[in-house]
Amino acid sequence: MKKTLPLSYDEMLDADGSVRSAYAGYCQWHDEQPADLLRRKGSEAEAFFRRTGITFNVYGNEDAEERLIPFDMVPRIITAQQWRKLSRGIEQRVRALNAFLHDLYHRQEIVRSGRLPARLLKNNVAFLPEMVGFTPPGGVYTHIVGIDLVRTGEDDFMVLEDNARTPSGVSYMLENRETMMAMFPELFTRVRVREVSDYPRRLARSLAACAPPACDRKKPLVAVLTPGIYNSAYFEHAFLADQMGAELVEGSDLRVENGRIAMRTTRGYEPIDVLYRRVDDEYLDPLTFNPNSVLGVTGIMDVYRAGGITIANAPGTGIADDKAIYSFMPEIVEFYTGEKPILQNVPTWRCSEPEALKYVLDNLAELVVKEVHGSGGYGMLIGPTSSKRELVAFEAKLRARPENYIAQPTLALSTVPILTKAGLAPRHVDLRPFVLVSPNGIDITPGGLTRVALKKGSLVVNSSQGGGTKDSWVLDD
Amino acid sequence: MLGRSANGIFWLFRYLERAENISRLIEAGFRMALTRSASDATDEWRSLIVTLGLRQAFEARHGTEYTGPHVFNFILRDKDNPGSIMAITEGARTNARMVRGGITREVWESVNDGWMQLRDALARPVTETRLGAVLDLVRRQSTQVRGAMEGTMLRNEIYNFARMGSFIERADNTARILDVKYYVLLPSVSYVGSSLDNVQWENVLRSVAGERAYRWLNAGRMDPRGIAEFLILDGRFPRSLAFCYSKLRSNLASLAREYGNEMHSHEILRDADCQFHTATIEGIFEQGLHEFIGKFIRANTALALQIQRDYRFTE
Repeated sequence: MKKTLPLSYDEMLDADGSVRSAYAGYCQWHDEQPADLLRRKGSEAEAFFRRTGITFNVYGNEDAEERLIPFDMVPRIITAQQWRKLSRGIEQRVRALNAFLHDLYHRQEIVRSGRLPARLLKNNVAFLPEMVGFTPPGGVYTHIVGIDLVRTGEDDFMVLEDNARTPSGVSYMLENRETMMAMFPELFTRVRVREVSDYPRRLARSLAACAPPACDRKKPLVAVLTPGIYNSAYFEHAFLADQMGAELVEGSDLRVENGRIAMRTTRGYEPIDVLYRRVDDEYLDPLTFNPNSVLGVTGIMDVYRAGGITIANAPGTGIADDKAIYSFMPEIVEFYTGEKPILQNVPTWRCSEPEALKYVLDNLAELVVKEVHGSGGYGMLIGPTSSKRELVAFEAKLRARPENYIAQPTLALSTVPILTKAGLAPRHVDLRPFVLVSPNGIDITPGGLTRVALKKGSLVVNSSQGGGTKDSWVLDD
Repeated sequence: MLGRSANGIFWLFRYLERAENISRLIEAGFRMALTRSASDATDEWRSLIVTLGLRQAFEARHGTEYTGPHVFNFILRDKDNPGSIMAITEGARTNARMVRGGITREVWESVNDGWMQLRDALARPVTETRLGAVLDLVRRQSTQVRGAMEGTMLRNEIYNFARMGSFIERADNTARILDVKYYVLLPSVSYVGSSLDNVQWENVLRSVAGERAYRWLNAGRMDPRGIAEFLILDGRFPRSLAFCYSKLRSNLASLAREYGNEMHSHEILRDADCQFHTATIEGIFEQGLHEFIGKFIRANTALALQIQRDYRFTE
């Protein structure tokens, strides 16, 4: 039996069907265009993406090894005023995340104060004992953060997830804007939108500001570490390295030399100062972590701890975006900033707690249940759209390992129209703003990546499961 | 630059060059086959497979049935042929993806675009009617990438490695064509002056896109010695061995200037390049064309290996 989802907040149209102020400029332009223009431009854009090679690889899919993430031509628009409030909230949250990480790997005041149960750290693979007592260069743990936001009303933005390990998708944010500007130049002369294209420059500057003690160059040498061309996000790794003017390296290019991590160049081995790694902790150093890894660098953790290199993001940051930790974020923000959180969490039941578990089991059909360590929208249950049989099966899993799950209400995610064969139609969206952290401060790129569920009524926006993306605009004042 | 990137650039351009040269070979073979009797056509197709070093692989697949469609489909797209034009183009693109940061957007897009078009064109077996268009496509891709490189890339080490890849490969290809066809160019009593010789000679030239240039330089006279001289020693013809080596020399010299030191490969190249300035075609025929070519191919391979070693292409 399928239940209908609660009515959602539409970001373009209000309840009477009139256009909200954020979309006024866009809609006026839209209505003046010939009916088939957007569709025509849509296929132009797809050809453009194929040619430029903006694809992602899908694991375990031999035929479609490289796929495009569908791009929708209708922008997602946020007003300057909304953005001001959002960015204040994001900055607060990211400041708290870094302070939290420093504390976890040092005195653990938050545990001592009783605000965070010690059991969340014990046996948690995301918590790295190797990082205890060590402070990364510049005191920065999460150089790059992606905060996933969902919206349920005019002023109701909530954090769905913090991505503190290696958030991806920023290349889509950049290319989506490039595409929109190439397809509809005159639109951008009519509606003033805040620039995103200097993100790579800011990223390079931000990373360079975190050079390790051993760096003796005026301009630190930055490299991007990729698992290689078969990784699903390879395009992004290459894109960012290219845009930053940084080297794109693989594990096999690197080795330890004179207490530094050096890359094999045509002239010999050259030390790297800052490594923006897009390789998970587990694969970073076969000496310290997974001994079978060929993606990392043997001995890099020793060099790191001795101040020979900066690793961004720092190893062990994954503990901060663990879904079990997530439910404590309101307390964490307050503990480290002394302020009330500006951005709210989605209400979360921790199934490890007996009372919460009982509630979740009693209301399974209304809830979304997620694995604590899962990602990419896999292994989750969306109660209202699941069949009786799926619910029963999930209930068994939940009872067997309650500590493995959290549950949240099924949110009425806001909608933004997409272009369909039948014209504009509302679809659910989320938003991932990208945040850079350096000793010089926190830098948020206006907007971010909007992911959109292309299927009618669907709440799953993940690109690996049929989601698409949109250009995300923050209007200029 | 990274040693791995130098390797990627070098091979990207080797593969593109190889695909282009193979397409010229097929075209020349196809033309020959069209103008000959059935059994001569079979010989021609077989010789093409031999030139490409594919005899064993081909016969494992088709036996000794050297028909045109079998041969050119095998060379273009057969999955059992790891050196098919499709596989080579795929290899070129993989290398381009790997060194994406070292090449300009224009170069990347022409590689990627060419690969996409070729993948579509080779999705089904190629018929004789479609062959010309497919071969055109391969050559156009190579030309387009070269143009994009010429117009947008910095003249630095990356460019030097790209050019060295192109010319090592081109020299190898020209030499291999000579190696298989040398007997056509050897003085022979029975055929001298016959029209068959003329066609064969022209075919050698066509395989390296040199028939017009040669005619233009020689006012239409065809003679084997002149053709061999043209392909080996004429520094004006961009596919001659002498031309390839003068380019290799200037690119390796730029590297030495940029890096401030010479490597072992510079020494090898100096010796190899020298011979093109002192050698005469009479001397080469005296020494034996076949021996000369064989020695050249081995030395060329050794040079490529030394470049890869000197510049740390791999660990």
